[in-house]
Amino acid sequence: MTIFLVVMLYWYIVYLYRSEKKGEKDYEKLGKIALDDELDSTPVNSSDPLPTDNKEQNK
Amino acid sequence: MQSNAALEYDYSVAKLYTYTAILFGFVGMLIGTLIAAQLAFPELNYLFGEYGTFSRLRPLHTNVVIYGFTVSGVFATFYYSAQRVLKVSMAESKFIMFVGKLQFALYLIAATAMVVTELMGITQSKEYAQMEWPLDLLIVVIWVLWGVAMFGLIGIRREKALYISMWYFIACFLGVAMLYLFNNMAIPTYFTSGNLGSMMHSVSMYSGTNDALVQWWWGHNAVAFVFTVPIVAMIYYFLPKESGQAVYSYKLSLLSFWGLMFVYLWAGSHHLLWSTVPDWMQTMGSVFSVVLILPSWGSAINMLLTMKGEWNQLTENPLIKFMVLASTFYMLSTLEGPIQAIKSVNAIAHFTDWIPGHVHDGVLGWVAFMIMAGLFHMAPRMFKREIYSKKLIEAQFWIQTTAVVLYFTSMWIAGITQGMMWRAVDEYGNLMYSFIDTVTVLHPYYAIRALAGVLYVTGFAMFAYNMIKTMTSSRELSEEPQFRSPMA
Repeated sequence: MTIFLVVMLYWYIVYLYRSEKKGEKDYEKLGKIALDDELDSTPVNSSDPLPTDNKEQNK
Repeated sequence: MQSNAALEYDYSVAKLYTYTAILFGFVGMLIGTLIAAQLAFPELNYLFGEYGTFSRLRPLHTNVVIYGFTVSGVFATFYYSAQRVLKVSMAESKFIMFVGKLQFALYLIAATAMVVTELMGITQSKEYAQMEWPLDLLIVVIWVLWGVAMFGLIGIRREKALYISMWYFIACFLGVAMLYLFNNMAIPTYFTSGNLGSMMHSVSMYSGTNDALVQWWWGHNAVAFVFTVPIVAMIYYFLPKESGQAVYSYKLSLLSFWGLMFVYLWAGSHHLLWSTVPDWMQTMGSVFSVVLILPSWGSAINMLLTMKGEWNQLTENPLIKFMVLASTFYMLSTLEGPIQAIKSVNAIAHFTDWIPGHVHDGVLGWVAFMIMAGLFHMAPRMFKREIYSKKLIEAQFWIQTTAVVLYFTSMWIAGITQGMMWRAVDEYGNLMYSFIDTVTVLHPYYAIRALAGVLYVTGFAMFAYNMIKTMTSSRELSEEPQFRSPMA
C-alpha cells in the first residue's frame, strides 16, 4: 500500500511537470482565479493553455 | 442562470456565520480560559454549582470552539470565497439561497442545543463527539444542506476550473460526512437495558478497542478535516487575494492536496499508541504521521513563498502578519505532531500537558489566526466599510502571539516534566513520585497557561470590537478594494 502510494505520488509529480513542459497544461494560471475574482471578470476556465500561450511556446 | 449584468455577490449567509463565529469564539475561549484557571486554582470549580465544574465545562469548551467558532468560520469563509472563485452569486439561485439560510437556521438551533445539553451533562462521552444522537441527526441534515449549497454553486459556476480552495472545502465536506456518520453510530440505552435506560443517553455500536479505533479515526480526522483542510482552503484564497500575489506554485498546491488526502486518514491510530490496539496499527499511525509532514509543509511553504519579493507587506499590513504567522504555526504544529507520534517520544508525551500544548499552538496560532484574518479581509467587502482600526489589529496581534507562545512553552515544560516524573524510578524500580507531586510541580505552568488564556481572549474581544465597529460605524467605501483591505 505504502509503495503504491509513493509510486502514485511520484508519478503525479512527473505528470504535472511533463504536461506543462509539453504545453498541454498550464496549471500556474489557475492561481489567478483568486486574484481576478470579480463576478464580471473573464473566467480562466481550465488548465488548458490559451491559444496565445501555445503560439508563444512554439516560437 | 440569469444575466450577470447587474449582479453582485450576495454575502447574506456569510454575514450570518460571521456573527456566530464572533459570538461562539468569544464564549468558547472564555470558557477555555476559565477551565485553564480551574486547573491552577481548583476553588474556581465551585462558581456555578454543577454547571461550572471542569468536567462539565471542558467538553463545552472544545465543542463551542470547534463546532461553534471554527465551523462558523468555515461556513462564513466558504459562502464568501466560493462565490468569488466560482464567479457565481448566491443571488442567482433562489434555491441555493434558501438552502444556505435554512442551513444557518438549523445550525443555530443545533449549536444552541449543543451548549444547553452539554451544560446539563447530556453527553456521549466521546471526545469531539459528545453530542447525543438527536443532535447528531440534526448535524447530518445541516451537513447535507451544506453539500447541496456547495455542489449547487459548483453546478451553476462560470469559472469551470475549480480553484484549489474549493478542492479543500469539498474534502472537508466529504471527510467529515464519512467519519461523523461512522463514529456516531449509537443506540439509546432505553432500547438496550429493558426500559431502564434513557432515550437521551446512548452507547456506541462498537465496543472496547474497536470503539477506541473508530473514535480516534474520527477524533484525529476532526483535526484533519475541520482544523486543517478548510483552514488551508482559507489561506489559499485569502493570502493571495490580500497580498495581490498569485499562489507561488499551483502545482505544489495540487500535490500537497492529494498527499494530504492520502496520508491523513491513516494517522489516527497514533492517539492509541501503547494501548490495546494491534502493534502494526500503532506503527502505521506513527509512520503516516511522520509522512504527513510533507504535504503539510508543502502547503505552508507554498504560502510563505507566495510572499516572495513582497515581504514588506508583512510590516505594512497586519492581516498579512496574521496569515504568515498562521502558516508558520501550521508548520510548527505539523512538525510537533509527528514528533509526538513517534512511539518512543509518545511514551513520555502521552496523557501529559504537552498534548494540549500541541493542540493549542495549532488551534490558537493557525486556526483562529486564519479565521480572524479571513473575517477581517471579508468585512470591508461584505459591509462596504473600511476596517475600524489598524492599531487595534496590531495590538491584538502582539497580545495573542504572546498568549500562544506562553501557552505552548508552559505546556511543553509541564508536559515533559510530567512525563519524566511519571516514569522516574529509584534504584529498586519503585516509582519515585506520586501523582500529587507532579500536580505541585506543575502549578506555576498551569498559572502561566491561565494567563495565556486571559491574553488570548482579550485579543479576541479586541477582534470582536473591531469587527462590530467595522460593521456599524466605520467609514463607508465607495468601491470594493481589489487586494489590500482598507483600514483606518
